[in-house]
Amino acid sequence: MSEAADPARFDWRRLRAMMRKELAQILRDPSTFLIALAMPLLLLFLFGYAVSLDTAGTRVALVMEDDSNAALALAASYRASPYLDVEISRNREGARRQMIGDKVRGMIVIPQDFGRTVKAGRMPTVQMVTDGSQPNTAIFVANYAQGIFQSWAANEGLPGAAAKTPQVELSARFWYNPGLKSRYFLVPGSIAIVMTMIGTLLTALVVAREWERGTMEAIMATPVTMAEFIASKILPYYLLALASMSLCTVIAVTAFGLPFRGSLLALYLLASAFLMPALGLGLFISSATKNQFVASQMALIVSFLPTFLLSGFLYEISSMPVPIQALSYAVPARYLIPSLQTLFLTGDIWAHFLPNIAIMLGFGFLFFFLSFRVTRRSLD
Amino acid sequence: MAEAVATGTNLVKRFKGMPAPALDGVSIAVEAGTITGLVGPDGAGKTTLIRMLAGLFAPDEGEVAIMGRPPGAMLEQLGYMPQRFGLYEDLTVRENLDLYAELRALPPEEREETFARLLAFTDLARFQDRLAGRLSGGMKQKLGLACTLVRTPKLMLLDEPGVGVDPISRRELWAMVQELTGEGIGILWSTAYLDEAEKCDSVYLLNDGRLLFQGPPGDLTRRVEGRVIQVTGFAPRRRHFLKQTLDRPDIADGTIQGRAVRLLVREGSPVPRANALDGGPGTRCAPAAARFEDGFIEILGGGPKGTSALAESYRVIPPSDVPAIEAHALTKRFGDFTAARDMDFSIPRGQIYGLLGPNGAGKSTTFKMLCGLLTPTSGHGAVAGNDLRHSAAEARASLGYMAQKFSLYGDLSVAQNLDFFAGAYDLDRAAARRAKEAMAEIFDLGDKLNMNSGALPLGFKQRLALACAVMHEPPVLFLDEPTSGVDPVTRREFWTHINGLVEKGVTVLVTTHFMDEAEYCDNVSLIYRGEQIATGTPDTLKARAAELHRTDDPTMEDAFIALIEEDDRRREEEGQEAA
Repeated sequence: MSEAADPARFDWRRLRAMMRKELAQILRDPSTFLIALAMPLLLLFLFGYAVSLDTAGTRVALVMEDDSNAALALAASYRASPYLDVEISRNREGARRQMIGDKVRGMIVIPQDFGRTVKAGRMPTVQMVTDGSQPNTAIFVANYAQGIFQSWAANEGLPGAAAKTPQVELSARFWYNPGLKSRYFLVPGSIAIVMTMIGTLLTALVVAREWERGTMEAIMATPVTMAEFIASKILPYYLLALASMSLCTVIAVTAFGLPFRGSLLALYLLASAFLMPALGLGLFISSATKNQFVASQMALIVSFLPTFLLSGFLYEISSMPVPIQALSYAVPARYLIPSLQTLFLTGDIWAHFLPNIAIMLGFGFLFFFLSFRVTRRSLD
Repeated sequence: MAEAVATGTNLVKRFKGMPAPALDGVSIAVEAGTITGLVGPDGAGKTTLIRMLAGLFAPDEGEVAIMGRPPGAMLEQLGYMPQRFGLYEDLTVRENLDLYAELRALPPEEREETFARLLAFTDLARFQDRLAGRLSGGMKQKLGLACTLVRTPKLMLLDEPGVGVDPISRRELWAMVQELTGEGIGILWSTAYLDEAEKCDSVYLLNDGRLLFQGPPGDLTRRVEGRVIQVTGFAPRRRHFLKQTLDRPDIADGTIQGRAVRLLVREGSPVPRANALDGGPGTRCAPAAARFEDGFIEILGGGPKGTSALAESYRVIPPSDVPAIEAHALTKRFGDFTAARDMDFSIPRGQIYGLLGPNGAGKSTTFKMLCGLLTPTSGHGAVAGNDLRHSAAEARASLGYMAQKFSLYGDLSVAQNLDFFAGAYDLDRAAARRAKEAMAEIFDLGDKLNMNSGALPLGFKQRLALACAVMHEPPVLFLDEPTSGVDPVTRREFWTHINGLVEKGVTVLVTTHFMDEAEYCDNVSLIYRGEQIATGTPDTLKARAAELHRTDDPTMEDAFIALIEEDDRRREEEGQEAA
């Protein structure tokens, strides 16, 4: 082969031309724009405002079978709690119906002999019934209701309460997110979702589109190398994803009042590291399927859903069954989301970031390797 | 001998799941400064060969050399136009050119001059800012050509550039490519149009992956010289006469040419005398000039016989005074764009009516209104006496429809498709079984009944589509470009069936790009820019064209071009008067 016209040589001019073409297509395709800009905003507002995993305002029924002063005082404590939204009910049957009708998440019964027991100086009992169909909420309700009862009992100076007060006082403090606002960890998580959508979902469509429209065949007969071709697919979407991520961050900090305690450097490093596997996977799916419909379905199943469900974004990984926990190690977003949460809420903790960055890059190399394997200059 | 820019030696290519190789020991040489034609029926291996030369398929055996080097090493010297439009439809004409200029490393200082030259050459200067997807079929191909020419290549591979392109654009495309040979480019032009093959410097004829002929097209034509005759003055109806003549053992091929019939006599048989043809006392035979197509058909074993098994088994459509298809001032507007204006025709029972015209002229719109797929904006139409507005369902039940694209269920088997259409047309079980067996027999689908119809070769897909359209023996048939992309042999077979059905009283409305097929029609209407610009028998249209151009014996294609040019001129004059 002569060195004069080596077609395998990487050529910046061709890459630039291919990228310019790709950008023109992105700008001209309203659906790309929707996915890259409108969807992230929608998602952010959804998770910022509408979806909340906070327990604040969980509705419970309080059945007052007794109307002694003691009972009223306890009821007042419940009503004062910011975490419970208490609805007074006269009898159990009414409360039970409310629970079945999903109007309340639990019921607390102050029994008939409550006042008398307190007067006698003994520890009274209350009954707590929670809706086990929503275990997380049920536990929250039970714990909060119990806590309020305990502190009320201690205030009253009831003997049982005093006896039950442990020798070592446990005082819980929640660092970095003292209000335990779910928005604080959902918003960084949705940034990961947004990058998955652009990185994997959009990229999954682009190579398949070239095959479907027959442009691939024409491009393969030009001096463009496959490395240039792949780079021209990656770089514009990399930039688009970073732009979208930046937009999300600005909104998270300004509109949602999220603290930003880390550095921009760490943010872009983490995002870039995550985009490698995201783009690589999209590219691999696209090159392997050569069909936009199949590619989008695949991208949803192998990338979007795991990012949603198995990354710790919505559900705590440590509370999943062990086999599923094991599966979650194969989800690149699993390494991004905790890092992003740390970055926003705590600051730069490089000892935590670096291993995650390394793992994400590792996944990235794997997917890119696979993409190069299936993208050959041949129709065979 | 000129230098060969591309050579293939003993090329073999097998595909998984195919019993026979797609290419079986084919050798080819494309010489600089010439146009080499690549012809053959569908599935002969033309595209496989071209892709191999482009370096997109690796040969299983044999060797490809582009300017003495392996393919893929010389991509800078290669211009390749795939069969499907390979440019970016969401980029403008100019952006596509820009992209290719960069990919082919055109020096920036040469760009403006090169683009100006190419845009003038392709007449696309006015459309620079139009999205490529919005161009007509012909303009797309011209843009494709321009993109491969941003840096003059040494080798151009053009895979059926004429498919889906109207005759005018096709002629322009040919003229452009011919001009390029002057610059020393070697061109390989694959085509289903044999009039193009006739003009090539040399031709390779493939069939079933094997090379049947190579050499100047004249060599093939010469083999049949003296055996082609034009018969006129016969008494029977021309379709009937063609059928009885084709059934003679000494006739290899025959076509209708207006009022005449053109025959190719089988090799070794004496040319029959006029009175031997059973055409009545007025029958006259005259020798006719041999064409490349005659040689092509003969080397492939001759055309089909004249009797159509489909027509033999079809019911006789009872005579009726009501026209089978009627259109009166039929108009369709989309917004402020009039796709079809004042379409007017009345087709009696047992005739073939052709709608001709360039891409986007309004043929398909007219067609779809008459099938009840589009509601007319104004005017009215009727099929078999059923008004489209009031009894569209009855109108649809009385017609068989074959769509332009393969519109059967590709992932159902042949048998399942037949079952489905029998059900859709409400045949009872016994009738459905009889019809299915008959179709399998007639169209030779017996051994393919369990194949997925999407995997059938193109010719068989068309057969199946026709079978599905005629299963319920409708009195009226609508055929929208039924032979698009189909090779000449399959096209003849198709027309044998149509001619046979028409003899049984079926009425056919057909659109086509092949002007020689227009000759089969009793009447044609030339549609251009949404209007009927000429209507009459093929002979009348040819006569008008002869008047306009003062040429003798124009072909239907000449007539088409002359009439459209005439209309353009008229519009221009009107425009000037208005201004």
